[in-house]
Amino acid sequence: MTAKMTMLEAINLGIKDAMAADESVILFGEDVADEQGGGVVKATAGLSTAFGERVRSTPISEQGFVGAGVGAAIGGMRPVVEVMMANFLAVCMDQIVNHAAKIRFMSGGQTAVPMTIRTMSGAGFQTGGQHTDWTEAWFAHTPGMKVVMPSNPADAYGLIRGCIEDDDPCLFQESMPLYWVPGEAPVQGNVIRLGEANIVKEGTDVTLITYGRGVADSMAVAQKMAADGVNAEVIDLRTISPLDNDTILNSVAKTRRAVVVHEAVRSFGVGAEISSRIHEQLFSDLKAPVQRVASSDCPTPFCKPLEDAFLYSQAEIEHAIKATLD
Amino acid sequence: MAKALSKETHLAMYQKMSLIKQNDDQIQFEMKTGKLMMPYYSARGQEVIPSAVSVNLNPDDYLVTIYRGIHDSVAKGLPLKDLWAELAGRDTGTCKGKGGPMHITHPETGVMVTTGIVGSGIPIATGLALSSFYKKDGKVTVTNFGDGASNIGAFHEGLNLASVWKLPVVFICANNRYAEHTAYEMGTACDTIAERAASYNMPGVRVDGNDPEAMHAVAKEAIDRARNGGGPTLIEAMTFRFCGHNIGDDSHYIPAEEMAAAKEADPLPRYRQWLQNQGFATDEELTAMEANIAEEIKAAKEYAYSCDFPGVEELKRDVYAYDLA
Repeated sequence: MTAKMTMLEAINLGIKDAMAADESVILFGEDVADEQGGGVVKATAGLSTAFGERVRSTPISEQGFVGAGVGAAIGGMRPVVEVMMANFLAVCMDQIVNHAAKIRFMSGGQTAVPMTIRTMSGAGFQTGGQHTDWTEAWFAHTPGMKVVMPSNPADAYGLIRGCIEDDDPCLFQESMPLYWVPGEAPVQGNVIRLGEANIVKEGTDVTLITYGRGVADSMAVAQKMAADGVNAEVIDLRTISPLDNDTILNSVAKTRRAVVVHEAVRSFGVGAEISSRIHEQLFSDLKAPVQRVASSDCPTPFCKPLEDAFLYSQAEIEHAIKATLD
Repeated sequence: MAKALSKETHLAMYQKMSLIKQNDDQIQFEMKTGKLMMPYYSARGQEVIPSAVSVNLNPDDYLVTIYRGIHDSVAKGLPLKDLWAELAGRDTGTCKGKGGPMHITHPETGVMVTTGIVGSGIPIATGLALSSFYKKDGKVTVTNFGDGASNIGAFHEGLNLASVWKLPVVFICANNRYAEHTAYEMGTACDTIAERAASYNMPGVRVDGNDPEAMHAVAKEAIDRARNGGGPTLIEAMTFRFCGHNIGDDSHYIPAEEMAAAKEADPLPRYRQWLQNQGFATDEELTAMEANIAEEIKAAKEYAYSCDFPGVEELKRDVYAYDLA
């Protein structure tokens, strides 16, 4: 029997191993030190005890401490900064978009910002409009940023280490609904290079392109439809930007059908970019237009029936696959 | 009472002031003749502040400044040839022509960040000081900004964090009385910027930023405090800008008598005369110093125009650590 671990445990272990491996890795954010509880979901529990003043709880001051992360990174550190909820990134957009992302380019390569920003989000907890957004499209649209989103504990370990070792600013988005789901434990020391998608399931009839919580949902639908004779390939992007074009295009060239699945709202999202790239490169090979499955184009509602209706569903994935097969 | 400054320190400050002033004159001249095409925020009138600060800094101390900050970088030691090549957008510029006047960067002289976003450099300076805390490298970070920046959130968040963590950073506000086109009183609720330091439990000092001796004394105390583990200081240096917010701004919102009085009190000729009165230098010696500076700027300018523009491959370079495909 293989060892199991939750994604939270895997992220914690990844940061811990990165801090043990490299003294320049420092960690800060709201309540991250053990005295304050080791993070609101305890993602950083034990790290301040292990690494002392390399781990600091900050005031509720995202512009201040993310900006401090930018400066510390320019000064030669590798800060891992926790912005508690993805929506709070809006509070410090200037530091990320105007500074972290652009400083290498604007300085002609003289300075760089090897900072990892961890954040979490995800519908299903009735946290309403300001605690549930996904922001990957905001930052993927910003040249200079990298955007990463794990779908399982082993990848979460390898990808957080990949972000921390990366020489450019990375946004590491964690899906709250996946935090406590056990999965295969990571191999310690296994660092996943950014920009490489993972083919989770090989197939021949349609390619499902997804990331984060969309991977488990896509796999569930793929397995269900296998019974009906539909053999779907499932790609877990892992890194959203830079996008692994080759893996996507090679797969769709083979299956000639594609569905993009993400929890973020549909319009102007990552699905639109992927769909566009597929159409640009493979238009004449496609047997059907690329389909998108995403959440509704409205702020996340509070009450359960509306939240459920807002969020994409496995039924919608199934429906989209069938639309490509018609 | 601060110890009287040496003749050498006075002349070093004047040298920087003259360099800043002449460099500004030449940039404005080149823009008017159409040879430089760029946004420019002149610091004419504010020469004393970075000159008096930088003689207290080590070459490897960190500087974070803003779009009205070329004078800060020049005072810190930024090589003129690299600067001019950047202003001209050439591939030999400090940022290979990819940053421009609002993003001058030159780590060899400690010029770490120039930002075009008001107030944003303040948390970044705090972070550079944090890196010095961890690396125990003994460096002090100095960050310059204007009075307008003290009304933006980044100012308050950066000062608070720097004080909570007691970091080696000095916050220097050049209060030139106008935030873009808006007079101080129209946009700032408190009488002084310095008093805002009280909110963050750090020393806040208001000083005549056009008085080299006074500015030097305040800067030295703050830099020494930071270097010795005493934490941050906020300095409000009172000054005036002679050329509006940016080139092309006619300063119509500044009462004519206020502008006339400020120009009448131009710190440069005043200091020049004072140095002679003190017997620190003769008119001839200062004229020779100024002529050397003029030659250096002329050479930098000629060098810049002789260089090439960067190739389009630079669009794929420095986005990430590796080149884009």
